[in-house]
Amino acid sequence: MDILNFFAERYNYWIFITLMMMGLYIVISRGNLIKKLIGLNVFQTSVFIYYISIGKIAGGTAPIYVAGDMESRAHGGGHGAENGGGHSAPGADGADALPGKDALGAGALHADDMPHGDFELAGNDLATLTGNAQGAHAPALHAAPDAGAPIAGAPDSSGANDILAAPALKIEEHAIAAADAVKEVAHQAGDVVYSNPLPHVLILTAIVVGIATTAVGLALVVRIREAYGTIEEDELESADNVAEFGAARAQEAVA
Amino acid sequence: MNILAQLPVIPIILPLVTAPLAMLMPSEKMGGRAPFVFATFVVWAVFAACAGLLHSVATTGPISYHLGDWAPPIGIEYRIDLANALVLTLVSGIAALVFPFSYESIRSEIDRRQISYFYAALLICMTGLLGVTITGDAFNVFVFLEISSLSTYALVAMGADKDRRALTASFNYLVMGTIGATFFVIGLGLLYQATGTLNMADLKIQLAGDKNRMVEAGFAFIVVGMGLKAAMFPMHLWMPNAYAYAPSAVSAFIAATSTKVAVYVIIRFIYTVIGADFSFAPAAFAWLIAPLAIAGMFFASGVAIFQDDVKRMLAYSSVGQIGYMLFGVSFGTEPGLAASLVHLFNHGLMKGALFMAAACVMLRVGSHNCSAYAGLARRMPFTAGAFIVSGLSLIGVPLTVGFISKWQLLAAAFDSGRAWAGFLIVASSFLAVIYVGRVIELMVLKPAPADAPEIKEAPLSMLVPMLILVAANVYFGLHTELTVDLSERAAHALMGAGR
Amino acid sequence: MSIEHLILRVVIKVMFAPILLFALYVQFHGDYGPGGGFQAGVIFAVAFILHALIMGLDETKRVLPIGALKALMVVGFLFYAGTGAATMLLGANLLGYDAIDPQSTHHAGQHYGILLVEFGVGMAVASTMVMIFYHFAGREPEIRDEDW
Repeated sequence: MDILNFFAERYNYWIFITLMMMGLYIVISRGNLIKKLIGLNVFQTSVFIYYISIGKIAGGTAPIYVAGDMESRAHGGGHGAENGGGHSAPGADGADALPGKDALGAGALHADDMPHGDFELAGNDLATLTGNAQGAHAPALHAAPDAGAPIAGAPDSSGANDILAAPALKIEEHAIAAADAVKEVAHQAGDVVYSNPLPHVLILTAIVVGIATTAVGLALVVRIREAYGTIEEDELESADNVAEFGAARAQEAVA
Repeated sequence: MNILAQLPVIPIILPLVTAPLAMLMPSEKMGGRAPFVFATFVVWAVFAACAGLLHSVATTGPISYHLGDWAPPIGIEYRIDLANALVLTLVSGIAALVFPFSYESIRSEIDRRQISYFYAALLICMTGLLGVTITGDAFNVFVFLEISSLSTYALVAMGADKDRRALTASFNYLVMGTIGATFFVIGLGLLYQATGTLNMADLKIQLAGDKNRMVEAGFAFIVVGMGLKAAMFPMHLWMPNAYAYAPSAVSAFIAATSTKVAVYVIIRFIYTVIGADFSFAPAAFAWLIAPLAIAGMFFASGVAIFQDDVKRMLAYSSVGQIGYMLFGVSFGTEPGLAASLVHLFNHGLMKGALFMAAACVMLRVGSHNCSAYAGLARRMPFTAGAFIVSGLSLIGVPLTVGFISKWQLLAAAFDSGRAWAGFLIVASSFLAVIYVGRVIELMVLKPAPADAPEIKEAPLSMLVPMLILVAANVYFGLHTELTVDLSERAAHALMGAGR
Repeated sequence: MSIEHLILRVVIKVMFAPILLFALYVQFHGDYGPGGGFQAGVIFAVAFILHALIMGLDETKRVLPIGALKALMVVGFLFYAGTGAATMLLGANLLGYDAIDPQSTHHAGQHYGILLVEFGVGMAVASTMVMIFYHFAGREPEIRDEDW
């Protein structure tokens, strides 16, 4: 059972590791240049998921300013219920221009705990990182675990929302249930808990870099296709051998 | 605006802002001189700024610049100490010579319509390299690294006008480079998860004396990722083709700078972030970095002997030279680190000059194959002379910078009680004698092929920067105050931070 | 005008303006909620890419010629890099947006700064996306037809 728990509690890392290995394997094993690029993309995306999942806080919403937060803080807390209320509403607000946003926020489910407002994880304490330190309220949040999986990759403050709106809608019903839980948490804490925004920002940058890399890579593939007439690696290699040593030598090299 | 207070960002913001302007300038009118002249002046300004930074760091100590007035560790910090001021000066200095050098060479090697894009990309590439060096924020390193890498992929691919293999070389570089960068990001993620900070100095404080597997894994990812970018031996396979088929001026620039910057990042992470006293650093030195460095020194130099293509030969030699730098680091002592920094600087000078000579041959003879070098001493005396002097420097002949590096490395090896290491350094230098000697023999002793057309010496715009670099090879071989003293102080500061 | 793809043509004509409007919403709502220059830029570009897909590249190029795109890319980039650099001229460090409105007690300068930066980002991203599309879609195939 302990082993099972060990795996289950760290499922976000397993997703990351699996995706990473898949991506790397595709890059290494495929001869087709486009497939290589796709593998590279999967590889990079796994890292994005990893970063975002370490920035998640149990009960934390997406790091987007929640209306009423300031007021409740000004009043010294105790207005948490209103904040929670602000969360559950968007479930019905699905037709809103940004349907994913609040569902995602409300689905703040798993992973690490952190004091609100503190942008740094607490010191060197690794326990906080493996999710052991989820507060007393955390189990309640795990009531909707299947909502967590898509969310793990999604709680980006801005970028992922538009793209991931569809899965976010699917999990809405879970999210509403989760929103209630968040309401409770918010009530207890008397404040809105935000996820750590820093990894989101970092990954937003990394996503842009990834897109640029893919664009450059695809542009190179187009040029290679024009220059060689193929995008299979072994054919490219033999074409180069033919050009350099003549057809006969290239045959030898292959043999 | 207080220009002195803003000096640390000028090397970054100036080329970054001017690169798109260079892109807008006409490539075809006036033979693309507009973007060329513009970019060259920008680079000279950057070099002046970097030299100013080096001077002010050497006299008054490290500079810290807070971006957006956010104090570190929350904000991004540019932190310049002796180690990176030295690398900054190397990168911008090489750029200040390569830019004027590049014009004639580029015009003959790439599509004329791409000249303005070429200079924009070269400026951005330089920005990235300077940014990697200057920043004190670990994630910023990744961003700038990718800025420089992406533009390098484009620059390498521009060689396709002469040889279509530049495209596949660039693609392989892209795949390997991206894997390296992603490994680096994974490593950063692990460090961030362990500490909650990305500022290098703060990382060091948070990690102090701590021993855990997560940091070890993060460190391993960072070394492997950066090793890929630095073409550390067994991860160098992207490099020979990329250097061989890139336009010659690009080869000269990236060979002299980009791998050096990656080595610098490895040094920076070992000493400033992880700390040499971190529990597993000695093990990493003894069992990972030193064996790979030695293997690189011998294997890559051995492969270089059998290359027909001079640019490929130089690329393999670079892999070997990276081995020397990492070998120095792996001693884990202050003289070893100082020797690495000296070699890092000096190798930039020699490889820059060698690739520039190769570019001159490419322009006039139209090939970078060994056969093109036959009888060159009589056909292009200045170019051949430059190749010979910097080649001797690569071997480590006295009166050149190569000798200073090797001497420092040997001294460091004996100082740390590794007599066998000194033996290995000398032994591998003999391999350099063979591969450089082979080309020198071709140039000096072999007659030119009978049917070879009459060729002129390279144009003045290429000769002057090349000869300046060759002169630097000799000058820093005689006057070691600047490089050796600064490196020793930088190493002292880096190690001191590790205590 | 041909009757081919009539439905698509009508739909894109109807959709074109709302897409642009949505892009603007995402752009300027970025201060308060999800959104901002990157997303808005891509959405903005999507309108033109859709237009090019259905009406043909040449039609779109009449509206947005490549030269204009290139200028927009540079201007957009200079907008956001320049906003950061302008703060240097105002006496702060690079990206020190507080210098834009130093009298403000609640960091209004940060707000203006980010608004300008996001505007530049949106412009640069939109034009870059369309540019990438133009170059991929508009390449003269140097490959013989039978090779495809």
